[in-house]
Amino acid sequence: MACLVRHGVEVVFAYPGGASMPMHQALTRVRDRIRTILPRHEQGGIFAAEGYARVTGKPGVVMATSGPGALNLVTGLADAKMDSVPLVAVTGQVPTKVIGTDAFQETPMVEVCRAITKHHYLVQHARDIPRIVKEAFHIASTGRPGPVLIDVPKDIQNTLVPDPDYDPPMDLPGYRLPSPPSAEAVAETVRAIRESRRPIIYCGGGVITAGAAELVRELAERARIPVAMTLQGLGAIPSDHYLSLGMLGMHGTVYANYAINEADLLLALGVRFDDRVTGKLSEFAKHGRIVHVEIDASEINKNKTAHLGICTDVAAFLRALLPKLEPGDYGDWHRQIDAWRAADPMSYDARDDVILPQYVIDTFSKLTRGAFLMSTGVGQHQMWAAQWTNFQKPRTWVTSGGLGSMGYGLPAALGMQAAFPNALVVDIDGDGSFVMNIQELATAYCEKLPVKVILLNNQHLGMVVQWEDRFFASNRAHTYLGPVDHPEAVGQGSGELPEVTYPDFVAIARGFGVAARQIRHKHEVEGALREMIAHDGPYVLDILVPYQEHVLPMIPAGMSVKEIIKS
Amino acid sequence: MSDETLGLNTSGRMRHVLSALVQNQPGVLAHISGMLASRGFNIDSLAVGETEDPHLSRITFVVMGDDRILEQVRKQLEKIVTVVRVIDISREAYVERDLMLIKVEAPPARRAEILSLVQVFRGRIVDVGPDQLMVEISGQERKIEAFIELMRPFGIVELARTGRIALVRSSERSERSDVEFEEEKIVGPVDL
Repeated sequence: MACLVRHGVEVVFAYPGGASMPMHQALTRVRDRIRTILPRHEQGGIFAAEGYARVTGKPGVVMATSGPGALNLVTGLADAKMDSVPLVAVTGQVPTKVIGTDAFQETPMVEVCRAITKHHYLVQHARDIPRIVKEAFHIASTGRPGPVLIDVPKDIQNTLVPDPDYDPPMDLPGYRLPSPPSAEAVAETVRAIRESRRPIIYCGGGVITAGAAELVRELAERARIPVAMTLQGLGAIPSDHYLSLGMLGMHGTVYANYAINEADLLLALGVRFDDRVTGKLSEFAKHGRIVHVEIDASEINKNKTAHLGICTDVAAFLRALLPKLEPGDYGDWHRQIDAWRAADPMSYDARDDVILPQYVIDTFSKLTRGAFLMSTGVGQHQMWAAQWTNFQKPRTWVTSGGLGSMGYGLPAALGMQAAFPNALVVDIDGDGSFVMNIQELATAYCEKLPVKVILLNNQHLGMVVQWEDRFFASNRAHTYLGPVDHPEAVGQGSGELPEVTYPDFVAIARGFGVAARQIRHKHEVEGALREMIAHDGPYVLDILVPYQEHVLPMIPAGMSVKEIIKS
Repeated sequence: MSDETLGLNTSGRMRHVLSALVQNQPGVLAHISGMLASRGFNIDSLAVGETEDPHLSRITFVVMGDDRILEQVRKQLEKIVTVVRVIDISREAYVERDLMLIKVEAPPARRAEILSLVQVFRGRIVDVGPDQLMVEISGQERKIEAFIELMRPFGIVELARTGRIALVRSSERSERSDVEFEEEKIVGPVDL
């Protein structure tokens, strides 16, 4: 624990158990320097640590006991690996002498977690702990960030090391960080930009991680190059910036996807050409040269071959590039994009009979004007939040992208609130995702973390319903979240908003000590949002929305921009 | 140069020999083999052993695939924190060996025949039973495979191979030592 203090850890999300008790006892002795937050499930703990890490940029720290406790971290570790979130996960392990004997609550955590961590340790000697902790923080937070697991047998937790060396040398001969950008790479990029008539910036989560958002904005403004952002890249430049094309990919804007398709130069910054972005790889950006700047060498040429692959820190690259940049004249290109934007703007129906989820997010965004930290679950609500929120700054948007972990929103929001106690932290959630970690309402109440939940409740697993509607003739296959004998369970319902919804989220929230309200009329939305924002403490705003609404535009999986569904 | 010297196998994909220096720690091999399997890379052979430095082990892989697959294998290996260095040995002048123990049916009447083949292949008899012989033989993959084919008519009881190990040659001059040259004559063109 002294090691954690020395690494500047301020908050630990930790759920105790037999094999981690000594560490928890130690945490009580550093109470003045480390806040220990008790989640109600280890998965909640690790998602909270992710939320903390993503808004602060510092590694999140989570702790769990051996066996089931540790295994409950698995989804979070995989999530952090996919989305490059710096985490240090400390797990208790059974005592050294019984490892391998199927002892009570024994799981070979390192074996389980190899493929889903950036690195992992099973501590064998107490004297190694300072070095391992130092290495773990170094690995988690440098290069392409990721989760590091430290599995600590109980006997080692109980070993006192006399006069420990807290700053030992690291032993990482195989861990190298990429070199600074070469002058050639910069010069070639400058040339590529100069030769281009239709350039576009494809900006991903790596830009946020590298702290390069400001630099991307400078690049865009100086060279007058439009910017399309991935789900994780949102916030890199303001959504309402004149060069922003919003999000690209499966549920990206029509004009961003058209622009990518027609571009003759793709400046791919901190991205990994994920299938939800590219659709059919052979069709993606096929008219353009690709300059791929990425800190993880294995991402270059993985899915899409780059004409110029530059493995370096994107911030360092942009700092080297900017002074060499010449302003471009892309008037025709901008006019073309404006025409696409005018032809197919982002829109939703102006209905008054129901509350459309897009309207809720749009209204929240207009009320708060960027002054919030937002997390989400996974599904339709997540895509609507990405599409309809006007993001102003990086590190204000926290969502599970690569892994798509339902149940992410509430615990992530708790971690974000722990990092910024005075911020307005909102979880945009769906009724499916929310239930997956609903127990964390207890953490919100007991740990005094006043997060707000905007629950877009359609009584269904909306995204799966959408795919059923599009690809399975609306046959409902276990996508209705109420009782199985309800007609909606087999798609035979009236489709109207029900009088009584299941479960009773307001009663559940109140049971946890959390304020809540349900609304079902459009005229209530703005007032209810204001009430929620003003509430002193955690709050659940349960908003009934129709399940028939689809997230659009949509490029079906594995297809290209030619197959885009606009309505 | 023939196709053989380019390392092209029958399916048209390149055969590469990768050599990885890794930290000598528990679990490193499991990590690497798990990564290769989960990413669907096709590994023909994998051999592991300590090096002159007790902190490091060397893992030698034979990988089939085009340049793009090879690039991914190499980068994914390098990404593993305990992997210190990866080189594509088959891009350099190198020596490659495989060690085999093979037990064959050898009734007294056919022993002389087997013995003469063992001599030609510079193998050794390491165990003699009433009706079987065990032969130790080392060399390039194709030499080992040629020997297996020659033993088939006698009846192979069982065999074990180490997998390919390889090192880059230290200089152009040592490229063709006599011993190496003799073996090459047996197995055909060498992969240079």
